[in-house]
Amino acid sequence: MSHKEIDEISGVATTGHEWDGIRELDNPMPRWWLWTFYATIVWALVYTIAYPAWPLVSSATSGMLGWSSRADLRTELASAEAAKGDYVAAIEKASVEEILADDTLRQFAISAGSAAFKVNCVQCHGSGAAGSPGYPNLNDDEWLWGGSPEDIRTTIAHGIRFAGDEDTRISEMPAYGDILSREEIADVVKHVVALSGGGDLSGPGAEVFANNCAACHGEAGKGGAEFGAPDLTDAIWLYGSSPAEITAQVRQPRHGVMPAWQARLGETTVKELTVYVHSLGGGR
Amino acid sequence: MSGTLEFERHDAEAVNSAKLRQPLYAARKKIFPKRANGSFRNFKWLVMAITLGIYYLTPWIRWDRGPHAPDQAVLVDIANRRFYFFFIEIWPQEFFLVAGLLVMAGLGLFLITSTVGRAWCGYTCPQTVWVDLFLVVERAIEGDRNARIRLDQAPWTARKVALRTAKHAIWIAIAVATGGAWIFYFSDAPYLVMDFVTGQAAPVAYMTVAVLTATTYVFGGLMREQVCTYMCPWPRIQAAMLDEHSLTVTYNDWRGEPRSRHAKKAAAAGKPVGDCVDCNACVVVCPMGIDIRDGQQLECITCALCIDACNGVMDKLGRERGLISYTTLADYNSNMALATGDGAHEIRPSLVRDATGRMSDAVSHFHLRKLFRPRTFIYFGGWALVGLLLIYGLVSRDRLEMNVLHDRNPQYVVLSDGSIRNGYTVKLLNKIPEQRTVTVSLGELPGATMNVLGLDHEEGSAITVTLEPDRARSLKVYVRQPREDAKSPGKAQRLVFHVEDKSSLDSADYVTSFETPE
Repeated sequence: MSHKEIDEISGVATTGHEWDGIRELDNPMPRWWLWTFYATIVWALVYTIAYPAWPLVSSATSGMLGWSSRADLRTELASAEAAKGDYVAAIEKASVEEILADDTLRQFAISAGSAAFKVNCVQCHGSGAAGSPGYPNLNDDEWLWGGSPEDIRTTIAHGIRFAGDEDTRISEMPAYGDILSREEIADVVKHVVALSGGGDLSGPGAEVFANNCAACHGEAGKGGAEFGAPDLTDAIWLYGSSPAEITAQVRQPRHGVMPAWQARLGETTVKELTVYVHSLGGGR
Repeated sequence: MSGTLEFERHDAEAVNSAKLRQPLYAARKKIFPKRANGSFRNFKWLVMAITLGIYYLTPWIRWDRGPHAPDQAVLVDIANRRFYFFFIEIWPQEFFLVAGLLVMAGLGLFLITSTVGRAWCGYTCPQTVWVDLFLVVERAIEGDRNARIRLDQAPWTARKVALRTAKHAIWIAIAVATGGAWIFYFSDAPYLVMDFVTGQAAPVAYMTVAVLTATTYVFGGLMREQVCTYMCPWPRIQAAMLDEHSLTVTYNDWRGEPRSRHAKKAAAAGKPVGDCVDCNACVVVCPMGIDIRDGQQLECITCALCIDACNGVMDKLGRERGLISYTTLADYNSNMALATGDGAHEIRPSLVRDATGRMSDAVSHFHLRKLFRPRTFIYFGGWALVGLLLIYGLVSRDRLEMNVLHDRNPQYVVLSDGSIRNGYTVKLLNKIPEQRTVTVSLGELPGATMNVLGLDHEEGSAITVTLEPDRARSLKVYVRQPREDAKSPGKAQRLVFHVEDKSSLDSADYVTSFETPE
């Protein structure tokens, strides 16, 4: 455009474009807007020099300031670790009883143990530690291998019937399907049901029980934590409480296996897990 | 009319007058407001003293709350999530009270605007108050309007540099004090001031002061009227708040027009002569750079300084005050109709006043009863209702609270003796700054006993715990019910937690459920 067309009403030059008789005024940009725009360009240049930005063949420029998101993450993780450091050191030194007696340490251990539990234990025991048939409920007050803090710690550290640990807890109930007759098994099942349900204990099953079962489960059927023998008189049944389920367990017992965790998680985490499990309400 | 006209006539034009309406992208034209004198100016001095006094001094008022709470009367304790206002202490969950105050502020603004127009803008808005304060400094150092204009146009001499440096230095000092006062609302003021000057305060304190210093200096010293005209939404909203009975600063052209610089000559020639002598006194005092004689306009903050200026001139001329006045649109229209014969002809001031300048009895004036109209009743009613609800909320709120969370996983646990156990997280909130001992007990669940994790106590249906002053305490509670007491297996039973402070009679109940297996 060689000459400027001036709009009569506003006295402002037009852009020269016309649509159906409507022309566009060529007003200048607001100055604050222009300066903001120029500032963003300068900012962008400075920013891409200071920070990682320009793509290269296999990577990108690393920026003058040397910043990286990975380094940021490392710093944050390190500071989070450092913040926990005092507690972790104290837990390392203390016994489980000492942790339980100290309010602050107990709170910390419960939180840490809960996190470790969610990663390592929920697959079998469930996210609420309520277990399922064959996998013990850790909330209740029945403990196959003892519910004292030290008992729980040993169980977690060395596992149950775990081939890879010499100190693992081990016991095995014989398969009575090969030892006793069908009638004897039926009798003893009746006796066991009566033990927990409060029935007649004078039947023929009493003798079978005394001869075969009392060695581990005790005369009264109260079980024993030293053999991992369950208490048969209480309301809790790992493999079910119906006569059929009890019969199956007498004939061909199933035995749970739990891995030893000390080698994998370390002593401190095992202590934290112990405190967490002990705090679920059934700890002794 | 007196024979000698001693008033000053200014050769001035409003920089934002209707005639010169500037495009938005044009460079700002400087405004040099002249000092006004009069009752509105005095009222503004008073408002300025009160509002600045409240702002700067409030954090220094002490209020004894005992050893377990801060003794600052007004404190927003963000770190501990508490808000203190004299005898009131607010926890985060009670923040709706503050939201209610904001609703009241909004409705109050509507009420004020519908009655006396933009009184907020003209007298109490921080922007207005601080610009006024900055102008006091500017006048003290550079002189009044004419001296400032001369100085502005003068070349950069040593004197100009010295004056400008002094002005900006004092402005920045005021700005720092403004930003500085703000942070005292968020931390104990005497300690913070020591920490602040010795460089020990938190970085956020310095950042806050820096930002508020910048905004105060830029808004109050440099941008001034542009903040109101371009940045603030209120000038746009207020049009919806005003009606024909709202008071606004008005130029009464029904008695002022036709304005004349040579009234006597014009009168001698038999032309109609209005009261306005076109002295521009109203223009030169205006901090917004407008000419009120252009009519009501968005830029006008109704600071009423033009009323003071015009009244001063009218006094000197021996004419009645109120050529510029607080007037409602209804009165204005009625007087305009009187002066123009219902629009039949140009304004004839002789129709509204006699030869001696006395106003005719037919002229309408504002009457207080115009404040009482449905609109103001509705605003006041809403305002008062929210206020009463807030007072009720404040008086009836609990100082001892309990929240109970029922464990969901597992919902229940069967114990070896067949009894059933449910787990709960019980949160006890002691909202007073004193330690107290409370009893938590179970109700409505037959045979229920409880056991608290980490607390050495006998299993029973009630326990006693100590609550730290002004703190919440969380308890893990295991509730146990013997199987034979469970009335309907598989269904949830009602369980009530009850907490009671025997010494203060504060108590709270929480109804929850107790799950049992089938």
